[in-house]
Amino acid sequence: MDGADTLMATKALDDTLVTVDKVTRRFRISLWRRLMTVMAWIFVVSSFVFLAAMFLSIVGDVLVHAWPALNLKLLTDITNGIGGGLKNAIEGSIIMSLGALLLAAPIGISAGIYLSEHGQGGAGKILRFLSDVLVGVPSIVLGYVGYITMVIYLGWQFSVAAGVITLTVMLLPYIARSTELALGNIPLAVREAGYGLGAGEGRVALQILLPGAAPAIMTGLFYAVALSMGETAPLLYTAGWSNYMWTGHLTKEPIGYLTYVIWTFINEPFAESHMLAFAAAFLITAGVLILILLGRWFLVRGQRRTGAYQS
Amino acid sequence: MVESTNACGIIAMKIPAFRVALIATASFLPLSLLLLIVFLVLYSWPAIQFNQFDFLWTNDWNLGNLYGNPVSVHGQQIMPGARYGIWFLVVGTIVSSVLAMLIAMPIAIGSAYFLSEGVRKSWAGPLSLFVDLLAAVPSVVYGLWGYALLVPLFGQTIFPFMVKTFSFVPFLNGSAGSGYGLLTAAFVLAVMIIPLISATLREAIQMTEPALKEAGLSLGLNRLEVFWHITLPKLKTVLIGVGILALGRALGETMAVLMVSGNALNYLPNNIYAPISTMAAFIASQLDSALQDPTNMAVEALSEIALVLLLITIVVNITARLMLWMERIR
Repeated sequence: MDGADTLMATKALDDTLVTVDKVTRRFRISLWRRLMTVMAWIFVVSSFVFLAAMFLSIVGDVLVHAWPALNLKLLTDITNGIGGGLKNAIEGSIIMSLGALLLAAPIGISAGIYLSEHGQGGAGKILRFLSDVLVGVPSIVLGYVGYITMVIYLGWQFSVAAGVITLTVMLLPYIARSTELALGNIPLAVREAGYGLGAGEGRVALQILLPGAAPAIMTGLFYAVALSMGETAPLLYTAGWSNYMWTGHLTKEPIGYLTYVIWTFINEPFAESHMLAFAAAFLITAGVLILILLGRWFLVRGQRRTGAYQS
Repeated sequence: MVESTNACGIIAMKIPAFRVALIATASFLPLSLLLLIVFLVLYSWPAIQFNQFDFLWTNDWNLGNLYGNPVSVHGQQIMPGARYGIWFLVVGTIVSSVLAMLIAMPIAIGSAYFLSEGVRKSWAGPLSLFVDLLAAVPSVVYGLWGYALLVPLFGQTIFPFMVKTFSFVPFLNGSAGSGYGLLTAAFVLAVMIIPLISATLREAIQMTEPALKEAGLSLGLNRLEVFWHITLPKLKTVLIGVGILALGRALGETMAVLMVSGNALNYLPNNIYAPISTMAAFIASQLDSALQDPTNMAVEALSEIALVLLLITIVVNITARLMLWMERIR
């Protein structure tokens, strides 16, 4: 009896289940929604493909045009009016980037320490805000101010010093902010441990925090050098241009740099000048990209070797 | 005992010294911003007095007769016939930047979504390198690329095709031009600012609470719909802020625009293929000829352009940073 009842009950249940299944239709996504999703996917993928294509097209275009001009003459000869090598320009680019780094790194890093360690109050907030605004100042404006102050008013003429100081002002906010971010990732406990051992403020900052954040700060510096190497606008009216090697005068002697070659020589009507412009573009692009990649590699390696602070 | 007091003494002396040194170096940053404005105002003061307010909305940049004798107008020495009006630069700068923004925004949003949620994490790292490296390419190389590849391509193929296809749309029809012009400049600017927008947006997408996304998913939305209906509206302020920030970058861009814009003088574009010039590019290209002016008024007028450009970008940047700060994005 019981068994038959259960069987019947099960059967009835099955029937209802089946009928329920028949009555409710499966939830279907409307054709419109599916179509929109597919379209959106196509758009998302193609927008990335577009960016990758732009990058490859820039690098490829520069490489293809520069390829015939890449030879040792670039490194051993100086430029003349329309052709020659790039020795003076390469030297000038390196000198000015390193000079700007030497000036900007100490100031920028200590500004970064201040922002990170004492920047919670009103003064720090204003400073942080203004340095963000300084990042947005167009580089040509920096160059023009460098021109009217150093080149004309101080009478330095087109010179290494004017170019380097202009680049320094441009790099300062970048270095300050990257240092601040790097130090901000170090947990408070590390500082407390330092103070607990009796270290002073300076010792904690210089001997505990800076080494801990060194890989990230170095990455910031690599970015800064890459940035200064690729700049043209601030140097046009501060560093000028010279076909000759730098003789070591800080003022009253113009200096050559690679980015100037790109934008001037491409406007010459000669094929040789164009090739030189592309060769300069290749050198500067390769230099910048290698610096960026090196900076990233340095960060990863440094964190792997010394261990990163988990924030 | 003596030693420890000595040490304490040194530390007590050191703390203010260290902090004062930090404050002194840190104050370089606001100081340099302030000095930029002060120097520009001081140097362009004669030009500001001569030009009054007409400077911004008259369309007449003319150095005058450089071989004549200087005449005195409004108490300033200028060359006869010299007039300085930069309306064409104001229009060129703003229109090219806004156009660049319009091109850049959708692509930046699309690529930010693709890299943050569209592909698996292990692929996103290497693939995002494309976008990050694109941001690092120097602007003069962008200019060279535009000059050597885009200008011939656009001028000979794409612009004539667009003119034919969109012959009924205002500003898209008319003369296709030579390839140097507004749309080419805007395109190059767009490619330059997309990585900037995309990187910040990617960071912001990763910072949105997962609970929100999960709520959307549990309602039956797919990932793209969650992004469109939930994440993106949440990031509205960030989106506007980073957009304005990129606009500031585009407004001040010099070399790339200089090499592809066609460097128009006293000319207002009548369609999007027409040559233009921007303030930044004009400053870079005109100093040599301005130096021919013996009264120096032309150089001072250029410095007034630099001042206007600086003030515009400062206002734009302050707006953008305030919006981003509200959303706690760097």
